[in-house]
Amino acid sequence: MDVINLVIDNKPVVVKKGTTILEAAKGIGIHIPTLCYMKLDDLNIENKPGGCRICVVEVDGRRNLAPACCTDVSEGMNVNTHSIRAINARRTVMELILSDHPADCLICAKSGNCDLQNMAHNLGIRKIHYQGEQSHYREDTSPAIIREVDKCIMCRRCEMMCNEVQTVGVLSAINRGFNSVVAPAFEMNLDHSVCTYCGQCVAVCPTGALTEVDETGKVVRALSDSAKTVIVQTAPAVRAALGEEFGYEAGTLVTGKLVAALRRLGFDYVFDTDFAADLTIMEEGTEMLNRLGRHLAGDKEVKLPILTSCCPAWVKFFEHHFPDMKEIPSTARSPQQMFGSIAKTYFADKLGIKREDLVVVSIMPCVAKKYECGRDEFKVNNNPDVDFALTTRELAALIKISNINFRTLPNEEYDNPLGESTGAAVIFGTTGGVIEAAVRTAYELHTKKELPRLNFDELRGMEGIRKATIDFDGTPINIGIAHGLGNARKLLEEIQAGKSEFHAIEIMSCPGGCIGGGGQPYHHGNAEILKKRQRAIYQEDTKKSIRKSHENPYIIQLYKEFLGKPMSEKAHHLLHTAYFDRTE
Amino acid sequence: MVCNADEGDPGAFMDRSILEGDPHSVIEAMAICGYCICSDTGLVYIRAEYPLAIERLKIAINQAEEYGLLGDDILGTGFSFKIELRYGAGAFVCGEETALIHSMEGLRGEPTVKPPFPSVSGYMGKPTNVNNVETFANIPVIINKGAGWFNKIGTEKSKGTKVFALAGKINNVGLIEVPMGTTLREVIYDIGGGIKDGKEFKSVQTGGPSGGCLTKKFLDTPIDYENLGAAGSMMGSGGMIVMDEDDCMVSIAKFYLEFTLEESCGKCSPCRIGNKRLHEILDKITQGNGDLEDIERLKVLSNVIKDTSLCGLGQSSPNPVLSTIANFENEYLAHVLEGKCPAGQCKSLVHYVINEELCNGCTLCFRNCPVGAITGERRVAHFIDQSLCIKCGVCFEKCKFNAITVN
Amino acid sequence: MPKIKLSENTVQTIKSVCAEFDNKESELINVLHKVQGKLGYLPAEVQEVIAKGLNTSVARVYGVVTFYSYFTMIPRGEFPISICMGTACYVRGAEQVLGEFKRQLKVEVGESTPDGKFSLNCLRCVGACGLAPVVTIGEKVFGRVAPTQVKEIIAEYRQGCASENAKSA
Ligand SMILES: Cc1cc2nc3c(=O)[nH]c(=O)nc-3n(C[C@H](O)[C@H](O)[C@H](O)COP(=O)(O)O)c2cc1C
Ligand code: SF4
Ligand code: SF4
Ligand code: SF4
Ligand code: SF4
Ligand code: FES
Ligand code: FES
Repeated sequence: MDVINLVIDNKPVVVKKGTTILEAAKGIGIHIPTLCYMKLDDLNIENKPGGCRICVVEVDGRRNLAPACCTDVSEGMNVNTHSIRAINARRTVMELILSDHPADCLICAKSGNCDLQNMAHNLGIRKIHYQGEQSHYREDTSPAIIREVDKCIMCRRCEMMCNEVQTVGVLSAINRGFNSVVAPAFEMNLDHSVCTYCGQCVAVCPTGALTEVDETGKVVRALSDSAKTVIVQTAPAVRAALGEEFGYEAGTLVTGKLVAALRRLGFDYVFDTDFAADLTIMEEGTEMLNRLGRHLAGDKEVKLPILTSCCPAWVKFFEHHFPDMKEIPSTARSPQQMFGSIAKTYFADKLGIKREDLVVVSIMPCVAKKYECGRDEFKVNNNPDVDFALTTRELAALIKISNINFRTLPNEEYDNPLGESTGAAVIFGTTGGVIEAAVRTAYELHTKKELPRLNFDELRGMEGIRKATIDFDGTPINIGIAHGLGNARKLLEEIQAGKSEFHAIEIMSCPGGCIGGGGQPYHHGNAEILKKRQRAIYQEDTKKSIRKSHENPYIIQLYKEFLGKPMSEKAHHLLHTAYFDRTE
Repeated sequence: MVCNADEGDPGAFMDRSILEGDPHSVIEAMAICGYCICSDTGLVYIRAEYPLAIERLKIAINQAEEYGLLGDDILGTGFSFKIELRYGAGAFVCGEETALIHSMEGLRGEPTVKPPFPSVSGYMGKPTNVNNVETFANIPVIINKGAGWFNKIGTEKSKGTKVFALAGKINNVGLIEVPMGTTLREVIYDIGGGIKDGKEFKSVQTGGPSGGCLTKKFLDTPIDYENLGAAGSMMGSGGMIVMDEDDCMVSIAKFYLEFTLEESCGKCSPCRIGNKRLHEILDKITQGNGDLEDIERLKVLSNVIKDTSLCGLGQSSPNPVLSTIANFENEYLAHVLEGKCPAGQCKSLVHYVINEELCNGCTLCFRNCPVGAITGERRVAHFIDQSLCIKCGVCFEKCKFNAITVN
Repeated sequence: MPKIKLSENTVQTIKSVCAEFDNKESELINVLHKVQGKLGYLPAEVQEVIAKGLNTSVARVYGVVTFYSYFTMIPRGEFPISICMGTACYVRGAEQVLGEFKRQLKVEVGESTPDGKFSLNCLRCVGACGLAPVVTIGEKVFGRVAPTQVKEIIAEYRQGCASENAKSA
């Protein structure tokens, strides 16, 4: 018997065996509230501890209430999702949760975006009948993430992300009973742990317990300092998500309004990280071809596969967990850092100002970028190449604070020379994009022939690990793609075991790539949003007149005027980096 | 095949006595069960706090192996069975079968939602049978003497015998084994020898921290699963704690809540936070600060916790509260309406007063009071300053003239 | 938390316990039992070695250690000293007595002396209020302890024999 007949709120339903009450109800348009439960379809991510007990429903013949999220339907079941008993229980459980939660909504970073706040509102909680002792924990501030543990409701989503999806293992439930909470080992701070700052815990936390470090104040201060020239770069994935903060449908591209908003905020030049992404392809693609060429020529010393290195959380991950392999990833810096480096040399020279008087701000879908720009390798005389990295969410907040009516802004263009980019750079924002961009350039540089096609559908998609073989005019090149660090770990273990068949692998820490970054507008557990952003990214690519990085005229000019050629000594100095063993 | 020897109920020690006294009965039963369900491995999850039981069980397993009653190809039957020990580490909730399994897998002992039941997906994802020590110990006897014999003992629905750990205000404490259907009166007065110091029986608590309190009116009820359940308590592990007139039922409820509070795993919100709130309200009542609404709140909250908690611990933790309210509501009312503890147990509600007529000013109490709350001079009646008194009761004990009374 | 340096010997002991259990992650609780049995307690540094040995995260090990009350991260001394901080004892100067113990032993509450002889803890009323302030050392109860006696009590334990002339309850 593979189908089950049941009745939910007097409506008969037929569903597949193994369906939960929650899913069955959803199928007929009945929404049962949930708090701890979260499922990202297609990404294989599910959190189902059955802990919050908000989703309880009444089932005929059952002694107690059933948690809808983790109770499978059975034949002849009669479910009532809003009986007095269920509603009363749900509201009481909510009151209990709130009785151990600071009522900070007015000044909470999560206010307006908070699942807990929403739920309290939807359940019509007006009074908390059960007051008592509240748990208190030390606040933890790291370079990228703030943990306000008092606001944790033990939904365990972050723990699941950090352990099962990312396999980083920083967070765990600790203690027991009323004192239990999710924390790093020994309740130490995140910056003493192996945390990669991928921010996936932040992305799924339903409350304000985990948020990014807010640096909008610092940026405003820089903008109001007349002695400074302040420039900004925007990462590819930002344009596909920022609109959500202003009521646009997910997947709406708001590139032009984004540029206009940044100008209104007072940035002297609005540039594009995409420009640096094209530059990354030049450097990384060349490095890849070098290694490949030597490999094909029979050089046994050469390390393959080459791994992409544009994701700072991924970099920190292998520095902690696979230090013996730190020679394998490309030495190319990430686009954010390439941009900063070029801005504070080439562009500062052009303006005729000292690097200290130029402030570089970046708008990123990522919280790890905050950590990355603070790394010592990316500073000259203690002056960082990138001064501040704001998340997409922080930018939205800044726009709102500054009273800019985003929806009525005109579409504006990026400034030059660091604002011109190709379609190849745009797709950096999604999983599979970096390697597709690299293929477009490497193919032409290697074969000296024009690519017969530009879209590589075999590299696209949402599966956690994807593989494809691309024919480089007679040479088959095996390409691997992983997003989510757990998937990356699998490919790395293959390499360690000498079983890897790949020549090149793209790795992104966040599920979906940067479109699903820890700094993006909250997806509230809806994977559809990520897919829509991904579609928008590919759409932007097709709209671009130039779609191959090596054809970007400003990149060509940059090499001519300043860098020489890819992997030149100057390029090495400014655009490449080294990795460190962080096991101690 | 798992034997649950976690025995976390405070005051219950029948599993320990079986494992220390007759470990072979459990080993034999596990092998028999293994044979029935085609399992070749038995795990005993035993509390680390029972070193003697562990020791004896290990010896017994070795002996059984030597005799070829455990190991490969037992007695030439082609059936192989081995038994290994796993240790608990001080978490009551690990007695719950899913938590127990997680604990054996090296994880935090947090329960998971059933279904899937362990018999479908248990240890390491394999179907697992979990039974208690006492259950196992019954098996060899039943097989030897036959099911008919066993069925003759006990009541219609509850067959066989049950071991209880008799404790509290009773003359004979210890383990007893009685047929199902024995009445509480027989247990308490015939076997237990009646209440200590000739005091009056008030209540008996069965089922451990998740059970309920039974009153005088249940004294003649035959004990079996059905009757205990109907009376708002349960059989549970078989702890039986007898209380007399000096016990305050509000404090008893609070005492049990303290236990569940310590032992809740913290995974689900009603149990994690709800029991904390229950305990706080009970505390408030014993301090004399409760009101009628608090009693109502206790009832509502208790029912929601029972209705929504994930595992058996939370689902039953409010039982002591509900059953004391049901059976001893007058005591709750005395606390909240009159500010009195009828049993004189709630310190905040107790006042030590010196009867001036009886006090001859010997200064003994004055010298013994740890906080200097007593004033007075030799041969003059003494006086207790209530604002300083911490109700330690030292003066009451020391006074040789019964001049100090408890109000 | 004060950082302790584990001796090479201790590290080896822990590693061999892990190896005894095939370095399997699912054996974590058995490993913790065995290591605590050998070392007496499970400080952070030990948990780190165990995590490495079983190829799991320290957070997970810590999550398990803090779940089970049997596991402790604080070493108990050979003579565990507990000072009652219940009301009666408090008003009779338990704080001064505690202060004196801290001064004499040079440890804080919850710590042990480096030689492992004494550990210091506080507890609530032990039901001997008439003897306040009360201190217990192991099973023994000391009543009416004055700060001036503290030195003497410690010295007696140091010499290896419990004080016979202290008033026991
Ligand atoms: C909170 C909780 C604690 C439990 N503790 C124990 C225990 O200490 N010993 C035990 O045998 N069963 C305990 N159980 C019951 C077990 O889950 C399980 O039902 C039992 O081991 C089944 O054995 P039986 O059918 O032979 O009685 C506990 C259940 C709960 C919910
Ligand atoms: S986390 Fe949510 S509910 Fe809590 S204070 Fe912040 S906004 Fe309010
Ligand atoms: S940022 Fe990533 S690695 Fe760090 S705690 Fe969160 S999920 Fe884990
Ligand atoms: S920190 Fe946030 S995501 Fe993590 S358990 Fe707490 S509420 Fe859930
Ligand atoms: S009812 Fe209590 S012990 Fe059971 S899962 Fe919930 S929190 Fe844990
Ligand atoms: S949503 Fe079902 S228990 Fe939390
Ligand atoms: S307060 Fe210290 S013994 Fe009672």
